[in-house]
Amino acid sequence: MLKGRHLIDPQDFSVEELDQIFSLAEEIINNPENFTHLCNGKILGTLFYEPSTRTRLSFESAMLRLGGEVVGFSEPSSSSVTKGENLPDTIRTVAAYTDIIAMRHPKEGAPKYASQFSNVPLINAGDGGHQHPTQTLADLLTIRIAKGNLTNLTIGLCGDLKFGRTVHSLIKAMSRYENIKFILISPNELQVPKYIKTEVLDRKLIDYIEVERLEDVIERLDILYMTRVQKERFFNEADYIRLKDSYILDKEKLKSAKEDLTILHPLPRVNEISMEVDNDPRAWYFKQVRYGMFVRMALIAKLLGVK
Amino acid sequence: MLNINSITKGIVIDHIKPGYGIRIFEYLKLDRANFTVALIMNATSRKYGRKDMIKIENVIDLDLAMLGFIDPNITVNIIEDEKIIEKINLSLPDRVEGIIQCKNPRCITSEERGITHKFVLLDENKGIYKCEYCDQIYSWEG
Repeated sequence: MLKGRHLIDPQDFSVEELDQIFSLAEEIINNPENFTHLCNGKILGTLFYEPSTRTRLSFESAMLRLGGEVVGFSEPSSSSVTKGENLPDTIRTVAAYTDIIAMRHPKEGAPKYASQFSNVPLINAGDGGHQHPTQTLADLLTIRIAKGNLTNLTIGLCGDLKFGRTVHSLIKAMSRYENIKFILISPNELQVPKYIKTEVLDRKLIDYIEVERLEDVIERLDILYMTRVQKERFFNEADYIRLKDSYILDKEKLKSAKEDLTILHPLPRVNEISMEVDNDPRAWYFKQVRYGMFVRMALIAKLLGVK
Repeated sequence: MLNINSITKGIVIDHIKPGYGIRIFEYLKLDRANFTVALIMNATSRKYGRKDMIKIENVIDLDLAMLGFIDPNITVNIIEDEKIIEKINLSLPDRVEGIIQCKNPRCITSEERGITHKFVLLDENKGIYKCEYCDQIYSWEG
């Protein structure tokens, strides 16, 4: 039963519960006109303590397409946070006005803390470099549609694996499906954090390797998940300049990739996927954006218990 | 050998890992005690070679979860009439609240007023905990 639940970590929901969300998302994709009044009279609160136009628009579009309404703030300067209000009080207040909350916060664990004070479902829309579960839902739905299922896959994750929260969430989520192998492609400085290796990969005895060069492993991949090497995550400019072009996907590298490779990217992209790749049938990242909105529609509907 | 008199009524915290006795002494605020206390460091131990011990000539409330968290091999002996009437073996607690601080500067606990730092046990054998909010790993061994 998903009604009334929070979504903080991708593992909050069982594989079966995720299946329910994905099945509903596929129904919405196939017949969006059947869902335009599903959330009439319901209000989504979007609390964005850190600007993220893309994610916020995805949530807001999702709610509007379901016939619901949206209130909220897109940066903390336009809220009572600047007056020094603590998080529990803000959440209690917004929960009194709305039926469901989507929250982004620069501090890790903030949505988990906030959920303890919310009597309406609270969705983590990204917390610092930690988790981004609805991006993971978008990723999983895209893989499910591209491959037909979520098992027996070799998944390459490339770029900034240390601070990339979408990567951490995806590893956690995919590690629950059968026969998944990970190839982690990053500079040594930006490898996945220790807790992901200890708590997820080692504990579940999942097959994974860490490599430095994409071209060495691309032919083995079923899924290639590219990430941006974010300038703001670096401690100094010199390191950023040295590493930023190390992991760029272009036509040349794709020559040795499988015909049915699925290329994903959480977006926004800078230059880690060359624009010449966009027309390749293996490029799924723009479909992934659209599926992200549909999967948020399905999530909202399930948590509100209207479907 | 240094001799410390046995106590009539009180608590003996035994088998403390050498070097950790002072931490427990400080945690229990025994430096401010108005009853007899003894911190014995590097005593000979048949079990571990060396150990620290604390003798407390009083009955005080002990947070066994906290003691277990500091050192799960500790034994707590409750003494009455100079005899051990109860021997408590400790283990690592499943949850630790309000005792240790999350060191991740990006964690919500570094910003919010009044938030309790909470950790959950991840690996009993290695003594590894994680922050309930940000998943930061915490281990006594560092």
